[in-house]
Amino acid sequence: MHLKYESFVREPLVDGNKNYHQVSEDIISPIEQKPGRMWYIGFFFSLVLLSYGVFSVCWAVYWGLGTWGVNRTIGWGWDITNFVWWIGIGHAGTLISAILLLFRQGWRTGVNRAAEAMTIFAVMCAGQFPIWHMGRVWDAFYVLPLPNSRGPLWPNFDSPLLWDVFAISTYFTVSLLFWYSGLIPDFATIRDRAHTKLRKALYGLASFGWTGTAKSWQRMEMLALVLAGLSTPLVLSVHTIVSFDFATSVIPGWHTTIFPPYFVAGAVFSGFAMVNTLLVITRKILHLEEYITIGHLEAMNKIIVLTGSIVGVAYLTELFMSWYSQSWGEQAAFKWRIMGPYWWSYWAMMTCNVVSPQLFWIKKLRRNIPFTFIMSIVVNIGMWFERFVIIVTSTYRDWIPGSWAYYSPTWTEVGFYLGTFGLFFTCYFLFAKYFPVVAVHEIKFVLKTSGDNYKREMAKIDAMPLEAFAHEYVNSHEEHEEHHEAVAHHS
Amino acid sequence: MAVKKFAVAAYDDEAVLFPAVKKIRRSGYKLHDVYTPFAVHGLDVAIGHKESDIHVAGFIYGICGTSTAVGFISWVYTSDWPINYGGKPHFALPAWIPITFELTVLFAAVGMVLTFCYLNQIMPGVKKHVFHPRQTDDMFVVALEINEKTSEQEVLNFLKSTGAKDTNIQFAESEWWYGRWDKAEEYEALNAAH
Repeated sequence: MHLKYESFVREPLVDGNKNYHQVSEDIISPIEQKPGRMWYIGFFFSLVLLSYGVFSVCWAVYWGLGTWGVNRTIGWGWDITNFVWWIGIGHAGTLISAILLLFRQGWRTGVNRAAEAMTIFAVMCAGQFPIWHMGRVWDAFYVLPLPNSRGPLWPNFDSPLLWDVFAISTYFTVSLLFWYSGLIPDFATIRDRAHTKLRKALYGLASFGWTGTAKSWQRMEMLALVLAGLSTPLVLSVHTIVSFDFATSVIPGWHTTIFPPYFVAGAVFSGFAMVNTLLVITRKILHLEEYITIGHLEAMNKIIVLTGSIVGVAYLTELFMSWYSQSWGEQAAFKWRIMGPYWWSYWAMMTCNVVSPQLFWIKKLRRNIPFTFIMSIVVNIGMWFERFVIIVTSTYRDWIPGSWAYYSPTWTEVGFYLGTFGLFFTCYFLFAKYFPVVAVHEIKFVLKTSGDNYKREMAKIDAMPLEAFAHEYVNSHEEHEEHHEAVAHHS
Repeated sequence: MAVKKFAVAAYDDEAVLFPAVKKIRRSGYKLHDVYTPFAVHGLDVAIGHKESDIHVAGFIYGICGTSTAVGFISWVYTSDWPINYGGKPHFALPAWIPITFELTVLFAAVGMVLTFCYLNQIMPGVKKHVFHPRQTDDMFVVALEINEKTSEQEVLNFLKSTGAKDTNIQFAESEWWYGRWDKAEEYEALNAAH
């Protein structure tokens, strides 16, 4: 017999009494049914937000960026704040799918599909901000190294802003490929169970003609492993490069070497918070509580408390360094951050990011769903303020007191931000309706090791004395022979 | 297009599948392929597949990305249009590391996925014969290629003896073709004809 054993210390990844067919049934049947009332309301509301965003952006493009609240002193406002915020949120998906794959964290199977989808949509939202911030958006293609009629003029490859273009477009492409390659077998599952012609045709197209041969699975596993290996440094590079936008410029509060790790930790922090926000709702509405268990949410809350603490250490290090540098500019920048007219944004950041996540040291709170949900929103508010603090409160009181300024967003900027929520949730609602929200084939892969009913059967084996176990399983005749043969074939 | 005759067996447990595959390989029947709803570890070895070399392709694509980035940027900045950016040297290699890294990853990932699709012969619009409607759900399906001389009864009995839950004989296209998944199956007509 094939013995699949996992310690009882680990809680099951799939609850309930499941077999392979039941897994397909549970995850795919919501796709085959008409969406519920809540879905229509949510989708409609998202479309309204999206339309308002489109209107705000059109307004800003038509009248020019003068319709935004940014000024000469504060050149980056909500636009870049929102850009960094969204791109940070977009870090959780690839972290879950890539880094946790390399670390062989079985729990990633329950949440990776939705988290990767969230990543892709968040990066789409993030990308809007630098593009529309260009003002003359019809010249956006200048960032591409294209042969052109403007003389042999190329973009500045030494500039972090151009590195960003490459980092984010690469990140988007690779995340999309990683996500889609995992979706192909699940689309094939939907295709083969489809009863309607349209569904069969569309999922047939989307499944690329996958049939699940042994060789294609072998290649799939290798592809996933190598893509994970590539995405792991990639995900770390993206927010590192975003932080270079600030760290390489000589502005007090920005010019610091701590930025790359501090930004990456913050990105993971906010990304996991957003995954929790979405999954708490998704698991409830699609009845996936047995696949996205409280154990999954707890694991993510642990990452939130870890990265939240790293971010807290970074904030304190920044304060220490500004004092220790003995640089007048640095000290003033941090003084105005904490005590200037924008004091409330600094303290909102500190409370939401450093203080409140510490409650997750308490196990009861980590496993409490309403608390997790509230905390996930608090963390994302805090992380929004972090970017606002870095961008606006580093620039609003600059070298000449005569040019000190204050910044408030106008309705076009707020509308643009709301519009990206519209884009994000429109995409997410479509995803939740038409895509398998949990990776069906990956759940089946871990089912016999980590499924609740299979683990319970292991209790008998677990209770066996060692001698009896060795006699029964380890020295089992058939298993042994098979193993030898497998080795022989392999070599 | 090559329509062949297959004996198909569907198993409902991978623990039964492994010894069955072993017996089939020993029996001398020609194993066409094994279809599973998820990656079953060790099955590739049991069938006798070599390890996939797709990672080697990924490495080569990655190197292509690295050299494209370094080659292109250094050509632009040292030969095509050298510009003095704040006194930085024209050949400013450290400043090019981010883009070089990104292009390495991009080339490796895109190239590997395309290679993956090519090797598996999958792309939008491709259609292949599905031996069992539940081979992507919960059944592990083995297809043996047989010919007119093979005794149908014998091979089906043999497959049943290996623990198959469901066995049958099918005439099917063994390769892929362009087709729509909602169109009536060509091989259904074939099966009916035989």
